Amino acid sequence: MRIYLDHNATTPMRPEVLEAMRPYLEARFGNANSIHSWGREAKRALEEAREVIASALGARDKESIVFVSSGTEADNLALKGAAWAARGRGRHIVTSAVEHHAVINTCRSLEEQGFEVTHLPVDGEGLLHPDTVMRSLRTDTSAISLMHANNETGVIFPIAEVGHLARQRGIVFHADAVQTFGRLPVGVESLGVDLLSLSGHKIYGPKGIGALYVRPGTKMVPCMHGGQQERGRRAGTENIAAAVGLARAAELCVESMQLEAERVRSLRDRLERGILSRIEGARRNGHRERRLANTSNISFQGADEESLILALDLEGVAVAAGAACTSGSLEPSHVLEAMGRRPEIDGGALRFSLGAGTTEAEIERVLDLLPTVVERIRAAAGSSHPEPALTYR
Amino acid sequence: MGTRRRVVVAMSGGVDSSLAAALLAEQGFEVVGITLRLLPSRRAANDLERFDSCCSPRDVEDARLVASHLGVPHYVLNYEQEFDREVIGEFAAAYMGGRTPNPCILCNGRVKFGSLLRRALGLGAEFMATGHYARIDYDCKGGRYRLRRARDSRKDQSYFLYGLAQAQLARALFPVGEMTKEQVRERAAALGLKVAAKPDSQEICFVSGDYRSFLRERYGDRLRPGAIKDGAGKVLGQHQGLALYTVGQRNGLGIGGDGPFYVVRLDGKANEVVVGKADELLRREFVAEKPNFVAWDRLTEERPAHVMVRYRQPAAPADLIPLQGGQIRVRWREPQRLPAPGQAAVFYDASEPDLLVGGATVAQ
Repeated sequence: MRIYLDHNATTPMRPEVLEAMRPYLEARFGNANSIHSWGREAKRALEEAREVIASALGARDKESIVFVSSGTEADNLALKGAAWAARGRGRHIVTSAVEHHAVINTCRSLEEQGFEVTHLPVDGEGLLHPDTVMRSLRTDTSAISLMHANNETGVIFPIAEVGHLARQRGIVFHADAVQTFGRLPVGVESLGVDLLSLSGHKIYGPKGIGALYVRPGTKMVPCMHGGQQERGRRAGTENIAAAVGLARAAELCVESMQLEAERVRSLRDRLERGILSRIEGARRNGHRERRLANTSNISFQGADEESLILALDLEGVAVAAGAACTSGSLEPSHVLEAMGRRPEIDGGALRFSLGAGTTEAEIERVLDLLPTVVERIRAAAGSSHPEPALTYR
Repeated sequence: MGTRRRVVVAMSGGVDSSLAAALLAEQGFEVVGITLRLLPSRRAANDLERFDSCCSPRDVEDARLVASHLGVPHYVLNYEQEFDREVIGEFAAAYMGGRTPNPCILCNGRVKFGSLLRRALGLGAEFMATGHYARIDYDCKGGRYRLRRARDSRKDQSYFLYGLAQAQLARALFPVGEMTKEQVRERAAALGLKVAAKPDSQEICFVSGDYRSFLRERYGDRLRPGAIKDGAGKVLGQHQGLALYTVGQRNGLGIGGDGPFYVVRLDGKANEVVVGKADELLRREFVAEKPNFVAWDRLTEERPAHVMVRYRQPAAPADLIPLQGGQIRVRWREPQRLPAPGQAAVFYDASEPDLLVGGATVAQ
């Protein structure tokens, strides 16, 4: 039995989504910019998908949705586009220390181009306080970018409060909602955001598609130059099938959101309670209440996270930790570091992220397995081979 | 958990460890491949020479392909910091102190059969295998795991493994130790392994070219010039930092006179390189320290052995004499070139020349 508990990394596509996409991968292959009937067919599907996403976000104008290739591209377009467009106002950007690399590294690139970035700290439970945001704002602050919920811990940020603040000061506000869209109610009006990123493959939709909400009137320069697609905000032939898939996935997620969140929360809590009670030296990372219902991040004293992940993988259980780099090896988590966790003391941390396919039997199986796995790693780590004979110091 | 016995194979991406994985899978083990990333990938990617050396991105990719060909799981672990601390740092510290280190021995003891072996046991593996050319057997009478030279004497790597303790040997497997290099390549080709004809790795994996340039580049600020003197204390020239010299070295001294001169001693305290004529390098004995015995429990009385003080150099007959504080005096039967302090002196059984009895570090 293989058990997939890594839904914050990606999710399986729902059959309904594939069904919705299929015609646009086959007969309706048109280019939405063509004048002929193939083009019109594609254009209609694209605009219907746009409408669905806009309505899922509570956006009044469907033209506020820009389709892009990924959550990462949405973050890039939001940050670079807004920062450059607002550079007359100032060159100071506020973000947090625990953002996804799509935001952190985009900010880094902006820093190299003369922008100044403040990375706000979080507390030991991963929470960001609106006061912290307020105190960081300057007269030359032109943009704020914060994630709605953290991908590693699931901790939710006070987006609506910050949105209020940003609006008062006339600062462009971007929220990275890649982990929350489809899982929590995400309304661009209630959150008060100007820009909002979302992604298809986190919500049982296809990979290779994302969207950026752009509040009408928000000034933004494009990052991708070419044709006039997406009203000149994102050049490149539109991926109709993926946009249709994203829309269908969004509909399905929004429909079942409440029930699914409750179901997953009860499984997650069962998993977490089980781990914390059965394994000594295990500790939850992230605020207990203010986080996504599907995510549990736990540190295991005396065990390193690479061994934990490998050992579970060998038993067919998929979990995550830190951030995977291109070679597949792990880098330490900047999120847990910002929360004051130290791997040498607190041990390695695992992220369990549950999803639509997760069952009670799977949770029980993991609870049976995990204590043995952790114990074995701890025992081996503590076993000391004699000091090496050869030393030069 | 699984019913098959689990073994972690340290896969470098070369033909030897690739075949090791293949053979163990064939024998019915549950093989788990692990490749260690030892060097920063940035350096690896920017430097073409680097790209072909051990644990470059290409090697990681080769290991991944072999594992996937065999249908076994494969993981890449980042050991950059650990390797830098445990091996490169020690390597540099030795040279800075006027000694000649052996980084492969450090890596085997501390990284591969140190931290990686602990990892492997944590993953529920019973054994850890590598592509080393050496053999392990268990002596029921003495109750000890023993190391033997590889079947292919030209490829034998037992010299680099003398530092392994019993607990480490008990978990180690060297599946290619019984084969010649040609057999390994043939077998790898027959099994369809893409790396069958891949060239052998050479020299020290983190140094491309001359180790002196490496030390200059990374530790240049710690190099202090000083005097080159002869045995009588006469100054013959200037050296550029003790770390750049090795006992026995003849070239690159930059001194004239009635040579040729050889480095006979590196004096760390006085920061001096002491040189002499070839005959001054010939010695009847030397002292070695920090021994590790494999086939023997320890050395309590004088015993004969064949002693090897450099890799790929034949072992020469000598007597091992225990000294105070665990040191050993190695007395050659015939005078031999002075070994460089810091190098490994590895002892083989006098009557069973392929049996490794132990080894120690040449003292200063």
